[in-house]
Amino acid sequence: MAITLLEASFTSAALVAPALALGLQAPSEPPVPAAETVTIAEQVLDFPLPGEFLADGRPAAAPTTREDVAAFRITKHQVSLADYQRCAAAGACAAADARATHGDVPVTGVNWTDAQAYARWYSEVTDGKWRLPTALEAAAAAGERFGGESFAAGADDPGNPAVRWIRRYREEAAAKRPADPEPKPRGHYGPNSFGVEDFGGNVWEWTSTCYSRVTLTAEGGVESAVENCGVHVLEGRHRAYMSNFVRDGKSGGCAVGTPPENLGFRLVRDDGGLPAIAALKARLRSVIDMFRYS
Amino acid sequence: MFTRRQAMIGAAATAMLAAMPPMAAFATEDQIAALPRERVKLVAPPFVHAHDQVAKGGPKVIEFTMAIEEKPVVIDDDGTVLQGMTFNGSIPGPMMVVHEGDYVELTLVNPGSNSMPHNIDFHAATGALGGGALTLVNPGEQVKLRFKATRSGTFVYHCAPEGPMIPWHVVSGMAGTIMVLPRDGLKNEKGEPLTYDKVFYIGENEFYIPRDEDGNFKTYESHGDSYADTLEVMKGLVPTHVVFNGAKGALTGDNAMKAKVGEMVLIVHSQANRDTRPHIIGGHGDYVWEEGKFANPPAKDLETWFIRGGSAGAALYTFLQPGVYAYVNHNLIEAVELGATAHFVVEGEWRDDLMKQVEAPGPIPTN
Repeated sequence: MAITLLEASFTSAALVAPALALGLQAPSEPPVPAAETVTIAEQVLDFPLPGEFLADGRPAAAPTTREDVAAFRITKHQVSLADYQRCAAAGACAAADARATHGDVPVTGVNWTDAQAYARWYSEVTDGKWRLPTALEAAAAAGERFGGESFAAGADDPGNPAVRWIRRYREEAAAKRPADPEPKPRGHYGPNSFGVEDFGGNVWEWTSTCYSRVTLTAEGGVESAVENCGVHVLEGRHRAYMSNFVRDGKSGGCAVGTPPENLGFRLVRDDGGLPAIAALKARLRSVIDMFRYS
Repeated sequence: MFTRRQAMIGAAATAMLAAMPPMAAFATEDQIAALPRERVKLVAPPFVHAHDQVAKGGPKVIEFTMAIEEKPVVIDDDGTVLQGMTFNGSIPGPMMVVHEGDYVELTLVNPGSNSMPHNIDFHAATGALGGGALTLVNPGEQVKLRFKATRSGTFVYHCAPEGPMIPWHVVSGMAGTIMVLPRDGLKNEKGEPLTYDKVFYIGENEFYIPRDEDGNFKTYESHGDSYADTLEVMKGLVPTHVVFNGAKGALTGDNAMKAKVGEMVLIVHSQANRDTRPHIIGGHGDYVWEEGKFANPPAKDLETWFIRGGSAGAALYTFLQPGVYAYVNHNLIEAVELGATAHFVVEGEWRDDLMKQVEAPGPIPTN
């Protein structure tokens, strides 16, 4: 009996293997099921703006603005390693530098370009419209788990820049936790109050928002801004800025600070399920967000 | 037969003997027994036990005890484990400080909980493989070695049992430093005294951790299990980690070294196996003994200094600006990717005269 089963499984493996090799091109291939999403209701949010801010030639704290965020849908989970590997197998995504691991874990070791490529591929294979969230949407979806800027960026002593450097260094040292970079099964960190899973775990999430350096006026308004879209904002336990090609959070930081343990992402769905006007508003919002300083 | 060649060698030897200074008188056991003795408790690096910079009185016998401890050690943030071997439980082994002419009397303990024989080779000592031939101890044994500190300077000590065990024990952590100060302390190139306010001891180690087929670092149950794989990585001469004080980031964050503007800091840098090149980002070496030997005048105003593998060097620097300084091995790949970075947190007044951001970053003006 055991022998028969074994032979049967060998046989089916031999039959299936060539079919798998052709699998993704096969016209009969069913479309990839779309990931489960959570609808984030329209909300008003006090949002600390991402980027670096200067006032009177010195580092200043990021201004917080009150933002009206239209309703949008975002994936309940971070994109999984298995789904990402399907994109890579289809030749639409570069292979991730993910840690070798088992189980239903989020994809890690992906850069911003990888995340963009995945969103394009995923939109095709699911007949949906998927994109990275803006930093504002990421904050809105993260709810009570939004980390934002952990450390005050303002200058402490206008005459001595080292006071600020040392304070930040000490704050970061105090906030340092033992590293736990091993990706956890999706759902490990649990849902927030909206039902969005794993935000603020050990995988930081790419957004579509560019890094910018903003010079503020004496009144706190924007005097000038230089946007650098070679660097994008990641949200997670704390906010991070990484060059688009960086896949390893440890190598991407430009400061002394505590680096993200892993880089991954989740997607926003723009089509279906939401009233057309709300989807349009959300899209408009992301475009405005992208060009707000340019 | 008395050949012409032998005659020449004989003549050369005679000439050499004639050129040598008269042999210093060697003390007898009775004379050494009559010397004052001082027992010093070692402290874990990067700190150094309290000591006089200028010796008070004549030579002494300085007693130290070190216990060898074989133990797994975490060497980076990812939790990579080295099957470590340590002098006194720390990587690097603790720094000893004596004065030229003192006698070092070390009790080396190899507790029964260890699995291997060990010994110690002092580069500061003369004869018997630096003491290695007289100090081999099995688990459950201890030995006492005395040597006279005849030359001043910073010197490496390391374990050197035999054959392939030598490099393996060293790259598993068994190396440290002894500083032999001139009796009248450190001096500049003019012979004027230099007195440091603080001393930090940075031991640099490189590790060779084997990887599995997925490229992840392997963890082993015991030293013996790790040996064959580790030796293969060692022979490739490409370390997986280059670290200060035993682990990536060991001298950063809460454990960053602290100093104040205006303080003169002595930094002793030791590497028992491999060349390195310390550099203070945003600072200098005011006075540097690259080779670590204080009978030579210090080099001045260095940007980077070279520590030969198998030696320890010393640099004096007075911090002039506050801030967070990175102290690196200025092979920056080793500093950033492999771990050879430490930090100094220096408090004090900022001097615009030395540096000022005249204009903050902003858009390039378009006229």
